[in-house]
Amino acid sequence: MIADFGYGIFLLSFILSIYAVFAAIYGYQTNKYTWVESSRLAMQLTFPLITITSGILVYLLVTDQYHVSFIYEVTSRSMPLYLKITSLWGGQSGSLVFWSWLMSSFATAVTFRKWDRDREFLPWVVVVSSVTLAFFVGLVIFFENPFEKFWQTFNGDVVTAMFQPAGSVPFSPPDGKGLNPLLRHPGMIIHPPMLYLGFVSFVIPFAFAIAALITGRTDDRWTRITRRWTIVAWLFLSIGLILGGRWAYDVLGWGGYWGWDPVEIAAFMPWLVGTAFLHSVMIQEKRGMFKEWNMILIILTYAMVIFGTFLTRSGVLSSVHAFAQSAIGPSFFIFIGVTLVVSTALLIYRWKDLRSEAELTSMLSREALFLLNNLLFISIYIVCFWGVLFPLISELFTGQKVTVGPPFYERATGPLFAALVVLMGIAPLSAWGHSTIKTLGKAAWKPATAAVIGLLAIIFVGKVTNIYAIIGFFAVLFTSFITLYEFWRAAYARSRAQKENLVLSLWRLFGKNRRRYGGYLIHLSIILMAVGIIGLEMFQTETQGTLAQGESLTLGEYKITYNDLAIFDSNDNRNLARATISVEKNGQFVGELHPRRDYFYESQQPMTIPGVRSTIQDDLYIILVDWQPITTEGATFKVYHNPLVNWLWWGSIMMILGSMVAAWPEKDPEPRKVSSNAALAAAD
Amino acid sequence: MPNPKFKFLLGGLFILAAVVYLIFSSTQASAQYFLTVDELLDQQAAMVDKNIRVSGAVIGDSIEYDSNELKLSFTVAHVTGDNNEIEKNGGLAVVLHQAVINPANNTLKVVYVGVKPDLMRNEAQAIMTGHMGADGVFYADELLLKCPTKYEEAVPEQAEG
Repeated sequence: MIADFGYGIFLLSFILSIYAVFAAIYGYQTNKYTWVESSRLAMQLTFPLITITSGILVYLLVTDQYHVSFIYEVTSRSMPLYLKITSLWGGQSGSLVFWSWLMSSFATAVTFRKWDRDREFLPWVVVVSSVTLAFFVGLVIFFENPFEKFWQTFNGDVVTAMFQPAGSVPFSPPDGKGLNPLLRHPGMIIHPPMLYLGFVSFVIPFAFAIAALITGRTDDRWTRITRRWTIVAWLFLSIGLILGGRWAYDVLGWGGYWGWDPVEIAAFMPWLVGTAFLHSVMIQEKRGMFKEWNMILIILTYAMVIFGTFLTRSGVLSSVHAFAQSAIGPSFFIFIGVTLVVSTALLIYRWKDLRSEAELTSMLSREALFLLNNLLFISIYIVCFWGVLFPLISELFTGQKVTVGPPFYERATGPLFAALVVLMGIAPLSAWGHSTIKTLGKAAWKPATAAVIGLLAIIFVGKVTNIYAIIGFFAVLFTSFITLYEFWRAAYARSRAQKENLVLSLWRLFGKNRRRYGGYLIHLSIILMAVGIIGLEMFQTETQGTLAQGESLTLGEYKITYNDLAIFDSNDNRNLARATISVEKNGQFVGELHPRRDYFYESQQPMTIPGVRSTIQDDLYIILVDWQPITTEGATFKVYHNPLVNWLWWGSIMMILGSMVAAWPEKDPEPRKVSSNAALAAAD
Repeated sequence: MPNPKFKFLLGGLFILAAVVYLIFSSTQASAQYFLTVDELLDQQAAMVDKNIRVSGAVIGDSIEYDSNELKLSFTVAHVTGDNNEIEKNGGLAVVLHQAVINPANNTLKVVYVGVKPDLMRNEAQAIMTGHMGADGVFYADELLLKCPTKYEEAVPEQAEG
């Protein structure tokens, strides 16, 4: 009964969002503001309605209503409350409801802003948000209905349907299937909402971009309004990606964090285009350039957001041939196609208005380096897109399905990422309008020298011989020294001028130009993450062995000794096999580790949980592979030594902080154009 | 001083060339033939020592694990790669189940050295990357597993490089 109610409410929000689209267009066309206002109210009303629908779904989840098929699919009686709630996004239909809920809450939030100066944008922002919302709500209503119930027909078959088929009786399974234990990890539980938050927030800048194109107000107003949305979207998307990586590292048991899986790439592509967009809007604000380019980037980001939602949601895994696997596949493609065609048509229509207000003259100017940054991000994006589409292309031309695996992505994107890291160091030193090798060299020689010294130390003291690692470390050192030097120079100059102490100066500096210094913090965090990635990719070592009790295994500086294995049942229906291993480093006892294997009786699913000793220097990562029935006979372990990997996780925490600094509200920023003869930007 | 536009054009072309080179050389270096078990067995001789990705349904009874050597061997049964066909036959879980219980299906023996993945079980879909040995056994370097029966959402991957 309550499920029917939830479905009815959802239907109502679908009708409302469709109404909002037409009311807004009509109001704009006829200049009747009451219609626009009505569309806005309709838009806002979807939020409480979808909140009720989601609330009902959560209620069904926590009260074990297994006669509803979605509830049966994603939960079971033995699951703890928080997992029952979060399984709202554990299945396809529920996560589409969740997506819609986020979309309507963001769209509502944006319609509450003060529109005085941007009144003409409002109807089109409502249109774009409502179209997007209506699409997702429609998918749920027509294809992926989470409120469908089980019915038993007279011949005993169990079918799912929204309404009682003739001659059938309600059917309710005693218990649900439950969530796979492998997914019961905090990282995996927060990972989808983070990605969705990122996806949904990118719809808002897109909505304003379209509004700017339609109304012809193509100055930088739309980028200024959406600046913070963009940073927030980027932050959530980044957190989502990192949590997915952390989950893989903790749960999948191969000491890796990223596998270049099509699903991962699907979430990575909007991030890449979005990151390019994030950088290039700054050029539009400062110099009035790249306007067409920004439009292209945000349109592409939106397309990738929809595409990413589709890929991550459709359960498509190994093959792009599976695109049409679920009923919603064709709808997604039509939607992406239509929005792309409409936005591109608008873009062509306004192309003349988007002409640049300045010209690129110097190869080393700040704007030229920003352009280079964009090209590199887009290049990585193209590599990814090519990799995902390649099987289709190859089948089309050769009749043979050929795919590319992780080595393809690593090889093709590696040099591009390295170039980005170096660029991240150089670009902040350049000036708007014009820079030369000389001005750049003057600003860079001190940190560059320090980087060379640091590199020599790494080569001779650290005994690193891998050429790629040396290149990587140089890029990392160079860029981090420059960024730190930038902080110091600016703080020092300010403390001299204002007669403050250095720490206070640094603090005030952050307050004065949050986006710049927040951005630099993010740059530093990327460097930390790069260190972790270099460490894991290039210096990971592994060993394995079957040990009898008391026997040891050595890996580098570490010696591990197998002490004991305990097998017991837990009170939540698991069987645990838990080994005790003592770890010595250079002959010193440093602690015990407990790699284990949990067996979930209910889902008949084993789960390997590594024992990890994590320090800033390295991780020792031990997996319990197998054991003999009589535990004294022995157990098999796989041991990984993952140098520096912790830097990846600490870097991501710093990245969150940096993004928060950059997105922290300021007083409404007014355009401040920089002329081409401005002083060295880094020194201001 | 040359025209700045010309310089930018040159720089742009250089980047373009670099990216095209990276994409094509990397594609060639890591291209894998994506085959079903039937397709692989059809062209077995031609495929020996080529880089191959093949998928099939794991036959539970065939799973053997030698934990001393970390050597995992199992047999997979042919599953169609055509998704329309999978949909038509009742979804992936049903298709995998049918593949395993039908003795007429072609099968392929697989050997993989590494930690046995948690998802390795009867009627899981296995996607293996590796090469075909002259002995008719598929030597996998990488093993991805997917269990559609237990939960709606697929686990992104269970891989070992």
